[in-house]
Amino acid sequence: MRTSFLAREVSGGLRRNFTMTLALIVSVAVSLTLFGTALLMRSQVDRMKGYWYDRIEVSVFLCGPNSLAYTCTGAVTDSQRAAIKAELVSLKPTVQHIYYESTTEAFKRFKEQFKGSSILSQVGPDALPESFRVKLDDPKNFDKIASSLKSMQGVESIQDQRKLLERFFQILKGLQTFALAVAVAMLFVTVLLVMNTVRVAAFARRRETSIMRAVGASNASIRLPFIMEAVTAAVFGAALASASLIAFKYFVIDLRLAPKWTVIAWVTWQEVLVIVPWLFAVGIVTAVLASGVTLRRYLKG
Amino acid sequence: MIRFDHVSKQYKNTNRPALNDIDLTVEQGDFVFLVGSSGSGKSSLLRLLQREEIPTSGTVSVDGIDIGKLANRKVPAFRRTMGIVFQDFRLLPNRTVFDNVAFGMEVIGQSRSEIQQRVPEVLELVGLEEKEKRLPTELSGGEQQRVALARAFVNQPRLLLADEPTGNLDPSTSVGIMKLLDRINRTGTTILMATHDVAIVDQMRKRIVQLDAGRIVRDQERGIYGHTGF
Repeated sequence: MRTSFLAREVSGGLRRNFTMTLALIVSVAVSLTLFGTALLMRSQVDRMKGYWYDRIEVSVFLCGPNSLAYTCTGAVTDSQRAAIKAELVSLKPTVQHIYYESTTEAFKRFKEQFKGSSILSQVGPDALPESFRVKLDDPKNFDKIASSLKSMQGVESIQDQRKLLERFFQILKGLQTFALAVAVAMLFVTVLLVMNTVRVAAFARRRETSIMRAVGASNASIRLPFIMEAVTAAVFGAALASASLIAFKYFVIDLRLAPKWTVIAWVTWQEVLVIVPWLFAVGIVTAVLASGVTLRRYLKG
Repeated sequence: MIRFDHVSKQYKNTNRPALNDIDLTVEQGDFVFLVGSSGSGKSSLLRLLQREEIPTSGTVSVDGIDIGKLANRKVPAFRRTMGIVFQDFRLLPNRTVFDNVAFGMEVIGQSRSEIQQRVPEVLELVGLEEKEKRLPTELSGGEQQRVALARAFVNQPRLLLADEPTGNLDPSTSVGIMKLLDRINRTGTTILMATHDVAIVDQMRKRIVQLDAGRIVRDQERGIYGHTGF
């Protein structure tokens, strides 16, 4: 079959079945956008994990003058501090870096972090405890050092930043699963819509197809126009979905979120663009399979 | 060219066979009328020849090939060797006369230049060279059947099957169609035509194969319809 003939058949078919085609395009676009969003969230979570797990620390807060913990009797003494440090050093290689932060340093950092916030006026330079900030070889080894430090005199509390992050990542992961579930549901709807559209088109053109069969057109060339119609709609849908992801990256992430939340590592353009071919692939494969199965049932060979 | 060898066909969920032990030979260039009342098996016989159906038993062979054993993917190529004309013309209503005829060539992948050359030739043969830009709805029934004939003949098939081609036409128009079929037959194309049309069969004096309840009850050279009182 010649391509110009095929092209005329396909465009004619799409125009005659315009509303169904439109529904198909929108449905494909929505499901693929959600699918793309789920993929994008996964890259985002991976990126954040990589970024933060690298920087994750365990903070060993030392007793201040007003500490109430049972391991505290007033502010930490020099000998207690030295003993804690020695204990940390002995925990190498689980403990990789030890960094001491004094009360004044802690306050300085706090001031930087909350620049312009009214909370600054309520916090005095002595309000923040001094601490050892400890970097572990693996964030999962927190329990190991916590158990050996928590009962030492002069240690007020030990905080695992990973726990805080884990919570956050769980929320993101939940959102991601939800987006994926909705995407799958929408894709299912799309499959049904493709099947129905192709079925209606095949019925509307049963005269053409019966003539085609009578004059000896091959099964492939009888089915190809229908399949190509579904694929064309899927390509338009995938293009819309890709455009909306790219627009989201540019208008929402780059122009709005990224300038505000500089501490977060946002998904890169590369990660966004890698998703685009997947959207097209999923859209086209779905269209081909759904229409192929339908034609097998409704156009007898 | 065509051989039916003890062919029976029974459709699912029926208790009487549509065709019962048919033996029939048709030579290249023959013109055969298939006659018989409705339900006598004429259409089933044509459907077996198009390989729309496969015989329940026996073999149907065309040019020595058992078409019941033909692989599905080879069926389209097989159908290209024949032209088919229907009682209801089966033209595409939204295409012009030219495009309807060209459709038969387009679906089997003929080039544009071949189409441009061949379609006017065939339209001239059927006497519609003036009307190639018309739509089927703008034509009379006889003209529509001529378009259908042109489409069936455009790829120069060796065999032409016609299922009651004059069934929807008035007698004088039918005569025109028959003249055309006769012309096509004289180019060497074998024609098998199922019909009820007594006047036409009597006038043409061609071979008659009469079916009744799925059996051949008469096979006569240069016969007339009314012989057994149908």
